[in-house]
Amino acid sequence: MSNSEKELWTAKLRGAWQRNLPIEKLLPDTQPAYVASWIYTFGVLTLSSLGVIIASGVVLAFEGPSWYHVSNVGHFVNSLHFWSVQFFFIFMVIHLWGKFWMAAWRGRRMATWMTGGIAFVASIATAFTGYLVQTNFDSQWISFEAKDGFNSVGVGAWFTVTNLGQMLLLHVAFLPLILGVLTILHVLLVRAKGVVPPIDAFDTEKKAKGARK
Amino acid sequence: MSSPRIQDLESQPWAGRTRRYDIIKEGTIALLVVTLLTIAASMFFGSPDEKQLTFKSWAVTAPADFYQTAAHEIAGSSESAGYGAPYNSASDGVNVGPLHLAKIFGVSHPVNSVNDFVVTPLSTQVNTPEVSAALKTWNVSDLKMQQGWASKYDDALTKANGDQAKIPAGALADFGPVPAMIGGLLTMAQSGSLDAVLLSQGNYFQFDNTKQTLFMGDGNYFNDQSTASHLQGDTWGMMNETGRYPGQAWLWLYSFWYQIPPFNNGDQHPFGANADAYIMVIMGLLSAGLVFMPFIPGIRSLPRRIPIHRLIWKQYYKQENL
Repeated sequence: MSNSEKELWTAKLRGAWQRNLPIEKLLPDTQPAYVASWIYTFGVLTLSSLGVIIASGVVLAFEGPSWYHVSNVGHFVNSLHFWSVQFFFIFMVIHLWGKFWMAAWRGRRMATWMTGGIAFVASIATAFTGYLVQTNFDSQWISFEAKDGFNSVGVGAWFTVTNLGQMLLLHVAFLPLILGVLTILHVLLVRAKGVVPPIDAFDTEKKAKGARK
Repeated sequence: MSSPRIQDLESQPWAGRTRRYDIIKEGTIALLVVTLLTIAASMFFGSPDEKQLTFKSWAVTAPADFYQTAAHEIAGSSESAGYGAPYNSASDGVNVGPLHLAKIFGVSHPVNSVNDFVVTPLSTQVNTPEVSAALKTWNVSDLKMQQGWASKYDDALTKANGDQAKIPAGALADFGPVPAMIGGLLTMAQSGSLDAVLLSQGNYFQFDNTKQTLFMGDGNYFNDQSTASHLQGDTWGMMNETGRYPGQAWLWLYSFWYQIPPFNNGDQHPFGANADAYIMVIMGLLSAGLVFMPFIPGIRSLPRRIPIHRLIWKQYYKQENL
């Protein structure tokens, strides 16, 4: 690569990508032997749930917010959306606790933890707006109750939970976009940084003690 | 926290033993499992969809409650009329110590309970001669006169526990056109036309349900329905769902604060009366704490001190004699 090429932003980005995330890391066929616990499955289960949420959500979006009230097929698709959200949170919370007890931010993996943490908060916001656009009694009541919380800190001025149009747009466009970007970033960081090694794996003193036993 | 040398080692690509791993196969199986689980849950349990409440259902099912709430609206004594920002400037709203965050952006969504809930909806209708005359009288009177009639009628109705029949007939002259206007609004609500008018407010396209929500929330009908469905804030309402379905269980920590002192006493200052604001601030700080956990001394060391990781990597520690 010539010097003038090295100055290109595109070349710099390509170089950084190839250094940090070569295809072998992105699509690995081996992994460290310590990755041998059921807890590791909850990350991919969370992602899979997100896939089902998006698929069922796209169908609901095409048919409109009132469809599921009047159609059996619509109600079934709504049920798929509802239960995939429940599974998504169950799997994500287990994944989060698992990563906490692994102290998964070790080895300069803070950004991985932080993108996961922000994605968790963004998921709560996305699900919350979903509950607001159900156009049934539950969404009526949630909007009535929740307005006080948001108004109490001034947020209600621009995040109006009683505005169905605004909540619908946030739920089907803005928040999924944020969550999607965060999820992709989180997964890329996991692939680039690798799975955190066990605590004390590099503690030579403890290893020596173990060997003497 | 590990030493910089160990952090360096932990950040390096793993050079120890490895095993075969098919990431695409793993992802495909996981997607299949979750899809089947979701289909099974949807088939066996379905999903909640309790019918929405309308002004018609309110006015038909609980006409006295609707009537009294309308009287509160026109007199400006309802909860929404005295709410403060972002709907009006009738009060300062809640605060966190010296910070009045509630009114930081001012009245961004103006709501006038007299005009938006009573006068404007009535003005859109072809009313009976009695209601038309009452509306005309109201519109040509000055504010002081209007407030005098409305307040007197609101007080009289409250004293009579909402029962119009118990109000002495001789007192009717003190109320001006107000009883006829509220009667007209009740008829309008019972016919179903108030639902549409409250939303549209004279427009064709409309997506904002703020006015309907505030009006309905001022009465008992809406609240009673939510109490029956266990959705009130003091019964973990924010994380519940109608029927026997799981709700937003992930909001448990947010709901939790509303169940304990000093936040569960709405009359107590400074915390109970301002619980909404304090709890939002607490949750904001806790959310930031979650995101920045790797930098919080003490908490970031818990995984090392409480050896749950010994279970997760049991096999590795055994093989390495650690």
